[in-house]
Amino acid sequence: MIMMNTFTLTKTTKTTDPIAFIRLGRILRRRRWVLVTGILSLLTLALCAAMLMLGNTIYPVRDVIAVLAGEEVKGASFAVGTIRLPRMLAGLFAGFAFGVSGYIFQTMLRNPLANPNVIGITSGSSAAAVFCIIVLQSSKMVTSVVSVIAGLLTSLLIYMLSRDHSSFSIGRLILVGIGIQAMCNSVITYLMLIGEEHSLPAAVRWLTGSLNGVRMDELPSLIISCLILVPIICLLGRQLMMLELGEQAARSLGVRTDAVRVMLIVSAVIIAAIATAITGPIASVAFLAGPIAVRLTGAGSANSIPAGLVGGVLVLAGDLVGQFAWTTKFPVGIITGIIGAPYLLFLLIKLNRRGDF
Amino acid sequence: MSFRKHVFQARDLVAGYDDRIILDHISLEIPSNQISVIIGANACGKSTLLKTLARIIKPKSGEILLDGQPIHKIPSKQLARVVGLLPQSPIVAEGITVADLVGRGRYPHQSMFGTWSRKDYEAVAEAMEIMRITDLANRPIDELSGGQRQRVWIAMALAQQTDILFLDEPTTYLDITYQIEILDMLTDLNRRYGTTIVMVLHDINLSARYADYLFAVRQGKLVAEGKPSEVITSELIKDVFGLDCTIIQDPISNSPSVVPIGRHHASGSIPAAIGGKVHVR
Amino acid sequence: MERSRLYPKHFALVLGVSMVLFIICLLSSLAFGARWLTLPELLEGLKPQQTDSISANIMEKRWLRTLFGLCCGAALGIAGVLMQSVTRNPLADPSILGVNTGAALFVVCGMAFLKISSPQEYIWFALSGATFTAIFVFGIGSLGRGGATPLKLVLAGAATTAALSSLITAVMIPRTFVMNQFRFWQVGSVGAGTWDSLLLLLPFLVVGALVAIFCAPGLNALALGEETARGLGVKTGLLRFIAAMAGVALCGSTTAVAGPIAFVGLLATHVIRLLLGPDLRFLIPMSALSGAVILTGSDVIGRIIGSPGELEVGVVTAFVGAPLLILLAMKAKVRSI
Repeated sequence: MIMMNTFTLTKTTKTTDPIAFIRLGRILRRRRWVLVTGILSLLTLALCAAMLMLGNTIYPVRDVIAVLAGEEVKGASFAVGTIRLPRMLAGLFAGFAFGVSGYIFQTMLRNPLANPNVIGITSGSSAAAVFCIIVLQSSKMVTSVVSVIAGLLTSLLIYMLSRDHSSFSIGRLILVGIGIQAMCNSVITYLMLIGEEHSLPAAVRWLTGSLNGVRMDELPSLIISCLILVPIICLLGRQLMMLELGEQAARSLGVRTDAVRVMLIVSAVIIAAIATAITGPIASVAFLAGPIAVRLTGAGSANSIPAGLVGGVLVLAGDLVGQFAWTTKFPVGIITGIIGAPYLLFLLIKLNRRGDF
Repeated sequence: MSFRKHVFQARDLVAGYDDRIILDHISLEIPSNQISVIIGANACGKSTLLKTLARIIKPKSGEILLDGQPIHKIPSKQLARVVGLLPQSPIVAEGITVADLVGRGRYPHQSMFGTWSRKDYEAVAEAMEIMRITDLANRPIDELSGGQRQRVWIAMALAQQTDILFLDEPTTYLDITYQIEILDMLTDLNRRYGTTIVMVLHDINLSARYADYLFAVRQGKLVAEGKPSEVITSELIKDVFGLDCTIIQDPISNSPSVVPIGRHHASGSIPAAIGGKVHVR
Repeated sequence: MERSRLYPKHFALVLGVSMVLFIICLLSSLAFGARWLTLPELLEGLKPQQTDSISANIMEKRWLRTLFGLCCGAALGIAGVLMQSVTRNPLADPSILGVNTGAALFVVCGMAFLKISSPQEYIWFALSGATFTAIFVFGIGSLGRGGATPLKLVLAGAATTAALSSLITAVMIPRTFVMNQFRFWQVGSVGAGTWDSLLLLLPFLVVGALVAIFCAPGLNALALGEETARGLGVKTGLLRFIAAMAGVALCGSTTAVAGPIAFVGLLATHVIRLLLGPDLRFLIPMSALSGAVILTGSDVIGRIIGSPGELEVGVVTAFVGAPLLILLAMKAKVRSI
């Protein structure tokens, strides 16, 4: 009755037991995920080290470790401790936050164009920040706080406007987001217009996304929110995978789709808003990290952590390139944008050849 | 082998989308351990009925009871262990392998961390064996043909190992060969494990052949229910589909078969049909 | 779907209301300025004047501005309809093929490296930027199987817009003087128009409108689906290309002479689509009309609010348009994007 089929897993591994076949396949995929995540982690570590060691003066590892341990090392304590360390931490956590939140939006909205920028959330933060910089001429601290609150309020507004009593409509969310984004961009344009010339560079820099001038005391909110929300997002990873199958399939599998969606969106929005407050909106990281991570690890399991790591790598690498590749220092937001779009076009061309659309 | 019995009832269901009412006070009971098919013309509400029964759509009034308990009060994961649904146009998640996708059907049975137990592997392997896709286990789903993909989706619903399975047009867009194959596989499932199957099928003759029980819906109302031999009459077909027809006995399965009468090609003698028995002149 | 009537429902009503609004916008645009003209003065001013008097001068300026606004609005309205048809995406803005960003990049580079500073120079740089970018995006979107499908065009446009935006910022950041200059170009204003630029815009508008009307039946068929359209004898690839290029010409020329004006194209088409349905034979002319009304109306509002200066129309349209769009999104049944 049962035909003994031989299942070929790899050139050297064959089996007749279907369960072993399935299990081996899963183990191989799992191994790939772990390997990629491991490599990304090492890469991130290396980039962190580079951020601390490189600069006008290159400090050896010994000195860096000494500073981290709290010792006073002449010269290094200031350069590494006060300037480079916060910069590195901001880049790491903000990159992670943007990567994760972009991945979540793209997976939930099932749209590769989705990211906090596209659906108008970061434009709320940006508008508020530009207002603070140009009109109120406020300090960086105030600007940060205001922009977080503005980002959160904007997403609340978008969510409430796109709610419908019967169903959650992705199309409506996108339209409302675009409407809000247009209004915020309008505000930004207006403020840039009436602003005095000397306040323009600060505004433009904020809008581009940069790690310049980050201080240690700004970081706790970002680090704490990441440490709390990222584990929550990871725990919801499996539910996210079910949501990926569509509303009906997810519900029939027993997922409480509305609750899960709300939790994921709120978490993604909060970390994106806080990261934006500290570094400004770093273009493309939220956009790119997800697709890159998924292609590296293979789809099938939740990729929140790899997406975050890719985001961190992009920001840290982008900042290093921006600082040292040319004589002018460019903020990280420009570099990631210039890497990002050609990558996307490359993706498009590759996909187009495969005939996916 | 004794099968698990469940009593699945709907009472006075009124349901629809936004302001439109589609189901108009429908009451029914799904026969346990049998294959039931919901038939009706397009847009009569059969898909809406299926989705409401499967708890995808919340009814505006009326209740649905599983073993006496209203299903909306049963926790989602717990319900998902008993009732499963194959949606009509499942969304393809890019790049996922067949085994992983089928494995997602195990979600209601798994712990928070989602590691696969021995039971999970067995369920997935069995589902894939029934749908004959075991050798495709490690292939990405976008490489498969439409017929293969549909089998994967059904395997995912099977891996859920529910006692009751709802399927919304599982055979649409497939070749006739695949249609028969899938319906036969579902019959295997029912005969082997006693799974209660409720399907919406668009092909009336396949419905008559494979169903143990039929529900006929017209404009949101249940107009007939019963065994195919009792339900399929030319009067009912005229009532539900607006089609003139005659009923003959399917020579392969002895189930009633609808032979439509159009304006052309009606040559000579039309056999008289009496209930389920037919005399062919 | 019963489409037994020759004209869409409510066509007469919508047309009537639009014409009335049109006249109101026209008259108020002429009437408003450093000081309001009263109605008799306005009517007096409409009669031919001696060319030397001060009021004739003012009237000429206002006529220029009004006509400029009407033409730009009409161009954007038609461009919006064309791009939405080509990309089969209700989110498509006239600038979806990266037209505005391409224009901006060339203008910024001109400001930074060639030190251009006059509006006439901006126009030519913007025009060439728009053209090259559109061709580039359309080219990328056409690669691979199926040619330039709607989705590919949208993604190619979005990616290119992102890349070019980054480049623009990269050029601007070390050069504050460019930031300073650019912000005025970038805002989109009807007040910058001269008779020369209007004359430059007109041929684009006329040709673009004619092409659009000519393509309308084919685009109607295209909306039914690729295979259906081909089955009806429509040369889908060619039609898409022509319609896209017409849209680019309309949007590019408007951006070149007035700066990038956001949202008018999107809004005008959606309002008319909601009222009159998707038949392009009506959608195109009515969107032109509504675009003209919206733009001129926004300009008048901008002049009133920003008096004695102006609040540029590029700022006002979003505030006028976005709430309307959001309201539409909330009320209408939004099909999945």
